[in-house]
Amino acid sequence: MKKRAIGEAGWGGTAIAAIVGFIYFFPVLFIILTAFRSRSDTLATPPKWIFTPTLENFYHIFYRSMANSTEYVATGFHMYFFNSIYISGMSVLLALIIGTLAAYGFSRHPLKGNDTYLFIILTTRMLPPIIVIVPIFLIFRVTGLAGTYTGIILIYTCFNLPFSIWMMKSFFDELNTEIEDASRMDGATERSVFFGICIPQVKAGLAATSVFALILTWNEFLFALLLTNKITRTMPPAMARTIGGEINVDYGLLAAMICLFLIPILLVTYLLQNQLLRGVTFGTIKK
Amino acid sequence: MNNNSGFLAWVMDPKRRGPMLIAPAIIVLLLINIVPLMWSFGLSFFKYRANTLKPPKFSWFYNYEKVVQKEGIWEALQTTAIIVAGSVGVQMVLGFLLALLFAKKFPLRRILLMFVLTPMMLSNVAVAIYFKLFYEPEFGLLSQFVQSFTGEMYVLLATPAGALIGVIVADAWQWTPFVMLLVLAGLVSVPKHLYEAAEIDRMSWWRTFTTITFPYVRSLLLLAVLFRTIETFKIFDLVFILTNGGPGTATETIGVLVYRTAFQFFRTSSSAAMGYILLFAVIVLTSLYLYVIKQRESEEM
Repeated sequence: MKKRAIGEAGWGGTAIAAIVGFIYFFPVLFIILTAFRSRSDTLATPPKWIFTPTLENFYHIFYRSMANSTEYVATGFHMYFFNSIYISGMSVLLALIIGTLAAYGFSRHPLKGNDTYLFIILTTRMLPPIIVIVPIFLIFRVTGLAGTYTGIILIYTCFNLPFSIWMMKSFFDELNTEIEDASRMDGATERSVFFGICIPQVKAGLAATSVFALILTWNEFLFALLLTNKITRTMPPAMARTIGGEINVDYGLLAAMICLFLIPILLVTYLLQNQLLRGVTFGTIKK
Repeated sequence: MNNNSGFLAWVMDPKRRGPMLIAPAIIVLLLINIVPLMWSFGLSFFKYRANTLKPPKFSWFYNYEKVVQKEGIWEALQTTAIIVAGSVGVQMVLGFLLALLFAKKFPLRRILLMFVLTPMMLSNVAVAIYFKLFYEPEFGLLSQFVQSFTGEMYVLLATPAGALIGVIVADAWQWTPFVMLLVLAGLVSVPKHLYEAAEIDRMSWWRTFTTITFPYVRSLLLLAVLFRTIETFKIFDLVFILTNGGPGTATETIGVLVYRTAFQFFRTSSSAAMGYILLFAVIVLTSLYLYVIKQRESEEM
């Protein structure tokens, strides 16, 4: 068979893939375009494809005139951004530390009933958050954790923990244990085996795990909706609140918010393409 | 001090290394997941409303009876089943086709792949907002497209069937890349020499597909179905923002029903009972998922 210059797919395949990729990406593209349209252009029928880009939507995220007034007031969105970053950052860090230790334990020092523990841990991740949220809501109300950073960080740590354990275990399982055994023979302590040999080898795994956990937490809606208040609110419930009623929804504004949301995710998707499969299946499928 | 070092020595004992490594994780999971689960299990046998000060009253299976008989759990289960079947079905077909397309090498593949994979990394909230805009009757793209033929505004989400389709399309769009990713992994693992042999034997395209390609993809496809079924079963964010269960209760999935029961009507204990019906289904599906994973791993060895 003759080798074609364009790779295995040939020109036809490439063209189809390009068209499909474009169609599939269209909604994202449309959101980006909407974010840069002025309000009148957003509402135009038929939709305007060529328009003068404006940054007013992005400005309105942070400063917006309230109903019946022309004065621009801060909307508090800079705080929601900070909250999203702070809460997901802290909870991912905690989950990663606890989860990596546990994953190492499960991988290297298996207990009796190791698989049962792992199954229960995965089930806690698979179970619908809606059933834990009712009692958690009640407990938080009694203990005063509702609406505090500690409360939501604790919840998210627990939310990320099963994921971190399964992901990190899949990375530890892949390592060659001969190196560890050899250094143990040479008198290395358990601690130096863990920090000196295992951790450096799973650096990429740690990075992938934390990035996926960050995205999961960054996107989480239900817990944030019910367990944060005006001060600790994160981006997703803040965006959902911006929709408000059914009429007069400011889609340009929402699109601008989604855009700010989108940039880190696009970057991550591109950089982590090879780890994506493992990430989205909680480490259960490696290749 | 002495006591402390004794405790430390007990903790650091090599015999306990495994248990001690996983202890912190187990403690956190117990506190935040298992205890609340037990709590809500207990709660499901009491009469309790979170917005009153009345103490919970023990009532045996009253909540379960009530939930099954009149709180619309069957309707919600049916709605959820329709959405799961529709969305997962579409995801499988489209995901498979996309994977076949992207299994070959071509220029710009990495970038195009990123385009296709982006939706599943997006927040459900963002997806819901986009589709709300897309279905918007006045200036949404769908309505305008239909309007150019019929001259009338098109309100997809106003009819029960339309709203269901709207939810299914949005969910399928977001998660087709997931199925594609899994199938792609299967396609890449097919040894090249099998295809070469098939070509020498002049096997038909269909026979090559059924005897070589499909067996390599089968287990991953099954895993994709299970995984997506588990996840779609819990669907909440998308429906909550896109239709809020409406019109009427046409798109009220289990997740939305439990949310409404718990936090809008404050029938706290009923919602706990509903949650347990949901939990049972998810546990069955999860064990099935892990069983398939085990099978697949032992096949590969």
